[in-house]
Amino acid sequence: MIRNRKYFRALGVTAVAGASMLTLVTTSGASSGGLAKGAPVKIGISLSLSGDFSGDGQAFQQGYKLWAADVNKTGGLLGHQVSLDIVSDASSPTQVVTNYQKLISTDHVNLTFGPFSSLLTLPAAKAVSRYGYAMVEGAGGAPSVFQAGLHNVFDVALPVANSLVPFATWVSSLPKSVRPKTVAYVTSNDPFTQPQIPVAQKIMGPAGIKTVYNKVFPGEVTDFTPIADAVAAQHPQVVILGSTDVPTVSAFMQAFEQSGFSPKVFIATAGPDQGNTFIKAVGAANADGVMVPNTWYGLAANKQSRQMVAEYIKLYGGTPAGVNGDVAEAYAVGQVVAQAVKATGGFDNAKIIKYLHSNVSLATVLGGAKFNSLGMNPQMTAYTFQWQGTKGNKFVQVNPVHDANSVKIVFPKPVWGK
Amino acid sequence: MNSTALLSAAKDGLLTGSVYALMATGLTLIFGVMDIINLAQGILVILAAYLSYALQIHWHIDLFVGLLITIPTMFVVGIVIERLFIGRLKGPEKTAMSILVTYAVSLLIEGALNMTFSVNDVQLQGWYVNRSFAIGSVHFGYIYMAGFVLAAVLLSSLYFMLYRTQFGVSVRASLADQTSAALVGIDVKRVSTICFGIGVAVTAAGGMIYGATNSFNASTSYDLISRLLTIIVLGGMGSLGGAMLAGVGMVFIGDMVGVIWSPVWSSMSYFIALTVVLLIRPQGLFGKQSARVA
Repeated sequence: MIRNRKYFRALGVTAVAGASMLTLVTTSGASSGGLAKGAPVKIGISLSLSGDFSGDGQAFQQGYKLWAADVNKTGGLLGHQVSLDIVSDASSPTQVVTNYQKLISTDHVNLTFGPFSSLLTLPAAKAVSRYGYAMVEGAGGAPSVFQAGLHNVFDVALPVANSLVPFATWVSSLPKSVRPKTVAYVTSNDPFTQPQIPVAQKIMGPAGIKTVYNKVFPGEVTDFTPIADAVAAQHPQVVILGSTDVPTVSAFMQAFEQSGFSPKVFIATAGPDQGNTFIKAVGAANADGVMVPNTWYGLAANKQSRQMVAEYIKLYGGTPAGVNGDVAEAYAVGQVVAQAVKATGGFDNAKIIKYLHSNVSLATVLGGAKFNSLGMNPQMTAYTFQWQGTKGNKFVQVNPVHDANSVKIVFPKPVWGK
Repeated sequence: MNSTALLSAAKDGLLTGSVYALMATGLTLIFGVMDIINLAQGILVILAAYLSYALQIHWHIDLFVGLLITIPTMFVVGIVIERLFIGRLKGPEKTAMSILVTYAVSLLIEGALNMTFSVNDVQLQGWYVNRSFAIGSVHFGYIYMAGFVLAAVLLSSLYFMLYRTQFGVSVRASLADQTSAALVGIDVKRVSTICFGIGVAVTAAGGMIYGATNSFNASTSYDLISRLLTIIVLGGMGSLGGAMLAGVGMVFIGDMVGVIWSPVWSSMSYFIALTVVLLIRPQGLFGKQSARVA
């Protein structure tokens, strides 16, 4: 027993000495960033590579990888090559927590980037905040994310509650003779979609546009036909669909068409922004006139954006209009963190959080980023986009109406099935 | 709420429910004959949908004509899975092990589908997919009507096979008691293999209709399998009639509640009904008490 105790004591001393030597070696070789010279900077990311948000998750992955490739081409972050450690959370709010805990405590990543959707960003941001990590993200703009009292979360995109404001303002400002008289609101019970509805309703109600249907459906619904039929039975002239993905939008559109119902105006909060995936699901003819709110599109005038789009097309093919907005949001996350790392001279998360809270203005492919005390980027502008044309559809900016880059809105939307 | 909405919900429940009934029938047939809980049934439905998709995209084969290829193909897929994985399960832990094995099979297929088709959602297209006809104020989608007819034809064929053929006698004997069936000379192993093939083959029709009425990717299978399992639990594990009734009932209840009350309660209402039934009849609506003990 005594022999054993001596053995363990000797082992302990050796271990401490070894650790000290390792620390010494590491410190002596450290660069200004706090990492050993030549060591890569590891960035941990959980993404929905399968499950409900897999389409968006894949697009986010492309955006993050594109940014990392661009940074590494120019020498990396403070001379360190960027290494992305991406794991899949299968669109699960519980798995995303496990992933970030593992990325930080086991993989020892230096920085973390956000996952996809507000539903996952909130638990993820809470998890990484316990380790003092910053969470810069591009798809967690729901009020619930900012109301959680977290100090470490920064959303580069538009706060989602205001996404439908330009659209609702446009409908309400139409001349009375052509202004729609009825509207249906139907939304998934998702933190991304639900907050957008009351804001739109508050604008359209006073304009005399009567609400004839206003219901929430649970996110796990897969058969949307009865809900769509119930909406169609009210014959609303405007349908505002609170959706998070393409399948939801295509299911509603299919059920509407089968019911012989075609609203004058149809907007979905997400789904139509998914480029060719959306067109393939609903068909080119039916896409004509469908609208979606967003903060960015592939033909945006922003110089950085155009450069990113050109690089994206070189790598993945396609056209500028077909580039998913998620790609730009992910890319912008990288840009914000890169500027914070450069300004703070290292990878210290506490310093990065402090810097991003310092009211500093940053440039991204989405436009300017400046975070308020809650981590929101309120200066981001909301736009409305519309698919136009029945063959070789174009995805164009139509709102705000007076913006120089907006084209004329197709109104009323062509009738489906004709 | 108006009468059109109510009638439409009743119609949706009946038509969509019949397709779920068809998919669940395969699952309950496999359990009834083999004591196998096939967690891969959901991904097999999606595999069948992707087969229809591939035939349509690459060879421009109509969805319904494509069934002439996909049904036999899925039958063969079922036979291969049974021979490679399921047939090797023996002993008292067979049912429990089947959950793990079929889950592994489902992960393998899911991975292969993601690699082949990517995770982007796709939907099956055809001129009839979005078309409908009206009776009064209620519209009937061609694809849903076709799904209903297809389910009725296939379920009737299944019933004919079970009650009017010699093979059906063997299947029913195996359903009732495998040991006794073997004692009277029935090749239970062969019956099991063929039943697994049939149980998987019906996913071809279910998958095609599902893929034409919903966008899907490989992970859609998780939603499907959870629904299919609750259907066969409500109907009674191993009961074909129970699976049919529960399949239609599940969708019908959900759709009616969604329209009368709120969509938020549509799924919940079904699970309340399921809980009540299980409290009164733990073996499900048509399940046999202690049928699988021993």
